[in-house]
Amino acid sequence: MLSTIIRRLLQTVVVVLVMSALVFAGLYLVGDPVSMLASPEATDAERELIRQSLGLNLPLWHQYFIFLSKAAHLDFGNSFLTGEPAMRLILDRMPATLELATVAMLLSLLIGVPLGIYAGLKPESVSARSIMTGSVLGFSLPNFWVGLMLIMVFAVMLGWLPAGGRGPVESFGPIQLSVFSLEGWRNLILPAATIATAKCALIIRVTRAATRECLPLDYIKFARAKGLTERRVLGLHLLKNILIPIITIGGLEYGQVFAFAVVTETVFSWPGMGKLLIDSIITLDRPVVVAYLMLTVVFLALLNLAVDIAYTILDPRVRLGGGS
Amino acid sequence: MAVSFLCAGGVVQARDLTIALRSEPSSMDPQFHSLTPNTQLSETMFDPLVRTDGNAKPVPSLAESWKVDGNVWLFKLRPNVKFSDGSPFTADDVLFTYARVPLVPNSPSSYTLYLSSVAKVEKVDPLTVKITTKGPSPVLLANLSMVPIMSKKAASGPAPEGKTTVELNRGDGLVGTGPYKFVSWKRGAEIVLERNPYYWGKKPAWDKVVYRPITNSAARVAALLAGDVDVIEDPPTDDLPRLQKDKKLYIQETPSVRVIYVALNQSKEVPPGMSGTDGKNPLADKRVREALSLAIDRKAIVARIMGGVAQPAANLLAYPAFGASKKYSTVPAVNVAKAKELLAAAGYAKGFTISLGSPAGRYTNDQRIAQTVASLWARIGVKANVETMAPPVFFKKRDSYSFSTYLAGWAASSGEMLNPLTALVVTKDPKLGLGTTNWSHYSNPALDKLVLDASKTLDDNKRSEMLQQAGNMAMDDYAILPLQFELSVWAMKKDIRYGGRADQMTLAQDMTLAK
Repeated sequence: MLSTIIRRLLQTVVVVLVMSALVFAGLYLVGDPVSMLASPEATDAERELIRQSLGLNLPLWHQYFIFLSKAAHLDFGNSFLTGEPAMRLILDRMPATLELATVAMLLSLLIGVPLGIYAGLKPESVSARSIMTGSVLGFSLPNFWVGLMLIMVFAVMLGWLPAGGRGPVESFGPIQLSVFSLEGWRNLILPAATIATAKCALIIRVTRAATRECLPLDYIKFARAKGLTERRVLGLHLLKNILIPIITIGGLEYGQVFAFAVVTETVFSWPGMGKLLIDSIITLDRPVVVAYLMLTVVFLALLNLAVDIAYTILDPRVRLGGGS
Repeated sequence: MAVSFLCAGGVVQARDLTIALRSEPSSMDPQFHSLTPNTQLSETMFDPLVRTDGNAKPVPSLAESWKVDGNVWLFKLRPNVKFSDGSPFTADDVLFTYARVPLVPNSPSSYTLYLSSVAKVEKVDPLTVKITTKGPSPVLLANLSMVPIMSKKAASGPAPEGKTTVELNRGDGLVGTGPYKFVSWKRGAEIVLERNPYYWGKKPAWDKVVYRPITNSAARVAALLAGDVDVIEDPPTDDLPRLQKDKKLYIQETPSVRVIYVALNQSKEVPPGMSGTDGKNPLADKRVREALSLAIDRKAIVARIMGGVAQPAANLLAYPAFGASKKYSTVPAVNVAKAKELLAAAGYAKGFTISLGSPAGRYTNDQRIAQTVASLWARIGVKANVETMAPPVFFKKRDSYSFSTYLAGWAASSGEMLNPLTALVVTKDPKLGLGTTNWSHYSNPALDKLVLDASKTLDDNKRSEMLQQAGNMAMDDYAILPLQFELSVWAMKKDIRYGGRADQMTLAQDMTLAK
């Protein structure tokens, strides 16, 4: 198992390297950061100075080489726009995104799994059918639209919740979280619900399919034949066996939400990493974009590894590292 | 939230003000990045020597008065001014501030831009500063208004520039003489300021001001409607009719110094995107340029595309701004027949094909304006292929002359004609910093000379005369086709008033409670 983990981590390093090169080349093709940063009134000589001070006058391969040699020392360069270390800007914003993604995923699991099991147990009932129809709506509605509708209803019309922003936070060392106060939750709940709408729909469908698959199997029949209560049959035997697909989907989706909560964060002015990414892409703040993508690649790789490890614990037949 | 309390003189409403900004400042350092979001924030915490009023006219700020004699300017500083930490303001602070400008490292857009004409800054006595310029510099005052004065005592430090940008971003050394002082900055979330107890000027209306960056315009409107914020910048034009009908809101529209224009590539060779012209560039022919201008229905664009939130433009700056002539104060009527005649006379009766580049999302409704211009040109037989793209891509392509024509905007931050003329129509000369945004190959030596002479003329009447003449030359020539002046729009709760500013800045200290 250890060797597998090491191999997976090495693979991640390669992926990160390839990503950084692609992003570097891609951003180079897209535009000239100086034209976005400099005051429109700056003269050509002043633009040239900016270009030199940011190292943009060097050929691309040279810039990339400098980037790599610095990155080896965990220095991902300074943001063009703010002059501060790119990675620190991102890490400052990470707790906000992690919090949003975690609450959204927990919300979708808490709602999605029971509904999915119910829909799997009684597939023909009217309520199960309406759950399934609702789930189709859930993932076909565009994220930004759901967000704006929630704002219109709960913030503008009813005035119950704020329309955006993160509200008050409590500090735990360098990390700031809003889940520990009622005011914080008031700000958190709408963006989390926006993300959860789509994710929940997916969880419902996966759970239902897994439930339908497991129900006719021998061990369920056997458990029922033994006279176990329905609750114990579902809670222990069924749930344990449908957890693998749920964890797979849940884990992957969690990673997706974490890395790309961009739209939701923009609509709700949630000060997370996604909003930083969008702002940085618009201003061609190359170091921040590169550092961001590298961080998310590492995060997604680690998340996949965690999912794999969860498999082995849940189902001893799955062995990491194949045959050996 | 509204809090009321009893004051010695009676009941006084004390309120905090929350403003939604469309973009966040990149730094708190008032000398790091010369860009509107940063400038408007530093204007609430700092004062320049001279500031510009809502109409871009220089008025006294930390300098009470000034005298100019050739290249030598004497500034009399305002006495008894204190910084927000209580320490007095003197000539030493001015010297420290101007000396710090070129020392700020990694600046993506340096403030040296505004001091380029300054040769020497000296202290005559604690309340007098002498500035010597490299040559006669009529725009010095407008330039100095862009450089806020920092406190020498608070902003000194071991680094060459004193307090570094990183330190200032934390609020360390961020001490000015302005109406508000810094409290906190949570990046991406909010900037909190509170009233400066030592402020020398008129006491601002708000105890505490919170700026919240909300980049998405729909989210900004929602935040205002939900009552989360009191004032928003730049509501989308599509939402305006609805907001105007809302009895809980007040909308302010103010003419700006930003002109939206179409530039025409007048090179001798056939520019990219052009075809059907037998190897010639019709845009080099004045008759063709006039025809293109006559075909554009500016009033219709303003009414239909902009929802009235703009003024049709016939010049690079609206009359009666300094140097804008009366001759081009109103737009000529559309004349399709005459445009066709002119095209035929130039030998293009059958028209031709060109490209029209436009950024997508840099200026209000930019893509839609470009498409409308293209369809208006189609009426006289000129087929324009509209190429819209994200602003960074657009600017890169524009700066390599990749379009036959393009739509863009220019804000004359100094509020007078010298600025757009020097940037947009004077012959490009990278060494002298002239024609920096002239990407249309337009070149007129007579106009160049007039503008250059005007830039060295201190006599206001004479300079205005010269600039009007130069502007008329460019317009007579159809060197560039102005379309409209944007109106800047703010939406706010109905009990708040803001007059708006031509430079499109949002300043909390100028907002008041409505009577």
